[in-house]
Amino acid sequence: MAEHPVRFTPPGASPFGVLQTLLREARAQPKRAWFGVFLAVALVYPMLDRQVLGPWLGEHFLGSLNSTLILVMLALGLNIVVGYAGLLDLGYAAFFAIGGYTAAFLTSPQSPLPFRTDFWVAMPLSFLVAALFGVILGAPTLRLRGDYLAIVTLAFGEIVPRVFLNLETITHGSKGMNPIGRPHGPIPQLIDGSLQFGQVELLASDQEAWYYLIALTMALSVFLIVRLRHSRLGRAWMAMREDEIAAASMGIDLLRTKLLAFAMGASFSGFAGSIFAAMLQLIDPFQFDFSISIIVLSMIILGGMGNVYGVLVGGLVFGLFDRVFADRVTGWLHNLGTALNTPIASDFLKWVDLSGSKFMIFGLALVLLMLLRPEGLFPSAERKAEFHEAEEPTEAEPAEGAAAELQQRPAGGAQ
Amino acid sequence: MQVTPELLIQVLLIGITNGAIIALVALGYTLVYGIVELINFAHGDVFMLGTMLSLTMVTWVPSLMGLRGAWLMPTPLLMALVLGTLILAMVFCGLLNVAIERFAYRRLRNAPRLAPLITAIGVSFILVNVGLHWKGASPVNFPDLLPNVNLLAGVLGLNTTVTFTLKDLLVILITVPLIVGLQLFVQRTRLGKAMRATAQDREAAQIMGIDINLTIALTFLLGGALAGAAGLAFGLYNNIAWFFQGFRNGLYAFTAAVMGGIGNVTGAALGGFVIGLLAAFSDFFFDPRWTQAVVFAVLILILVFRPTGLLGEKQAERA
Repeated sequence: MAEHPVRFTPPGASPFGVLQTLLREARAQPKRAWFGVFLAVALVYPMLDRQVLGPWLGEHFLGSLNSTLILVMLALGLNIVVGYAGLLDLGYAAFFAIGGYTAAFLTSPQSPLPFRTDFWVAMPLSFLVAALFGVILGAPTLRLRGDYLAIVTLAFGEIVPRVFLNLETITHGSKGMNPIGRPHGPIPQLIDGSLQFGQVELLASDQEAWYYLIALTMALSVFLIVRLRHSRLGRAWMAMREDEIAAASMGIDLLRTKLLAFAMGASFSGFAGSIFAAMLQLIDPFQFDFSISIIVLSMIILGGMGNVYGVLVGGLVFGLFDRVFADRVTGWLHNLGTALNTPIASDFLKWVDLSGSKFMIFGLALVLLMLLRPEGLFPSAERKAEFHEAEEPTEAEPAEGAAAELQQRPAGGAQ
Repeated sequence: MQVTPELLIQVLLIGITNGAIIALVALGYTLVYGIVELINFAHGDVFMLGTMLSLTMVTWVPSLMGLRGAWLMPTPLLMALVLGTLILAMVFCGLLNVAIERFAYRRLRNAPRLAPLITAIGVSFILVNVGLHWKGASPVNFPDLLPNVNLLAGVLGLNTTVTFTLKDLLVILITVPLIVGLQLFVQRTRLGKAMRATAQDREAAQIMGIDINLTIALTFLLGGALAGAAGLAFGLYNNIAWFFQGFRNGLYAFTAAVMGGIGNVTGAALGGFVIGLLAAFSDFFFDPRWTQAVVFAVLILILVFRPTGLLGEKQAERA
């Protein structure tokens, strides 16, 4: 920091001066600068979609982005459980389903409950109900060792959608529940290029408004999660992840700490579930199968476990590949193959089918990441150190040296 | 539903036959967990590829001979085909499992526990995708190889409605000897002893001159070979092959392994039969739609209340 004594000079009067100062600031604090750029892009993106990226990535790109962001929100919640507390949860989609169905039960006219609420009441309630189920599953099972816990959560993740599927009288089984209460209120809408406010109900087609709602919820989630991470509880999670015995001997109540991680992790998927249900206006058990749990887990692993910003980036990359680019890139390759019109290369390009091989690509990504860069692309510093523990020089060498020194001493010297 | 003794026996037979298949897969889980403490998530999908390879064999060989199906082949040739397919599936799945261990798990043997588990999930996804490309997205019919003869009423002349066909007999003839054979191998042979020693204490075993890498590879080979045999038996018995069959059956088998006390070979075999019976009884007397939830609920209950399994094994408690 000492090399930048001019950091706080007021910007020059000319626009060029402002730019110069900004650039200097950015160079001094690259992380903040990137974050600022990210925020700016996130804010203006929906206004650009129709004009810039829409034609290129397809008309429904913003819709795909929204559903991706919901998955990223899940990834943020799962990151608490897996990244911070080090508990592998393979059935996270169950809490997503519970959040979604809670919203549906509370707001849908098809609900068996005797009363209805609106979306704004249902959303925090979904948060609480999901947390409650996190406690219900966690309380008896969190005593188990890591890999047993993974299997218990996997089984739970299989049971929950099946229960929603089979309890037809309550949940309408495979037909699902529809419609579901929409968010309403004075929502900013972009009409003919100008921002207008009005008492509106969000329709499925209001992609821009959904985007801002999701982005706002996500920003709130990120804020809460970052604060949690630096709190006493967050530090307890990480201590526990590094070494349970050491953590317990420092006075951390392991079961309580794990339970809180489970409950908090689950609660964020309650948020995501309620928004997901309200956005799609339909909820059925097939939306919450095992692949959701795995995709969300892969997002965390790709981005770097334990690092919120890594998870955001990893989630976006992974989710957009899954929803948009696998199809899109395949199409581009096929077109390229047609355009090139050379015997072998063209056939190969036309044969490539990324969307049919998604599982293969995800699987390869997981295996290669674990083998080559187990801490993920953007790890937290602690997590990175943990995964490379074995490579660090150990005390073995100096100890051997000391032993050799001892041996070199004359035998009588010891006495 | 009228519960008659005959229906009970019928359900028992179905449960035992399916249980034998689950037991074969469960043995692979328990062997591997016993020796490297890894839930080999990809094991169920190795089993699935065993079914796919068997299906390819039993449709491709008759078509080479210009026949419409394997059931038209002369009996000795048919027997040779079944035996050849069995051996091929076992060799293929065994070698596949060894290759997976070599390339995906070995480097992570000393990594934090989550790392190999996540790798195993990744490998499982790759294998599922291979299955998907091999036979397509929808379930494929696995042809009946043997004539549909009811042994009890037709051959033995018993006056009963219970059916026990040649096919059922064949599946039991494939599975039970393998289960018994593995027990004998692990308990009676030198290599089996090396496997048990490595499972107990890898370093001490190494000091005693056991080649750890070879022993672990052998364990994966055995586990994979049993999964291959189970793959053929599954196809023969259920007349179906599906790229996603490994997930559910893998979890059933894992439940069986945990039930018997993971790491415990006899326990896994018994657990397989218990799960097979449980699933069959749930199918017939409760509701097939709930069977999966019932089995998984049993899995959770066992893990919560008896994490060492019903038979128990000190190894299971090792942290």
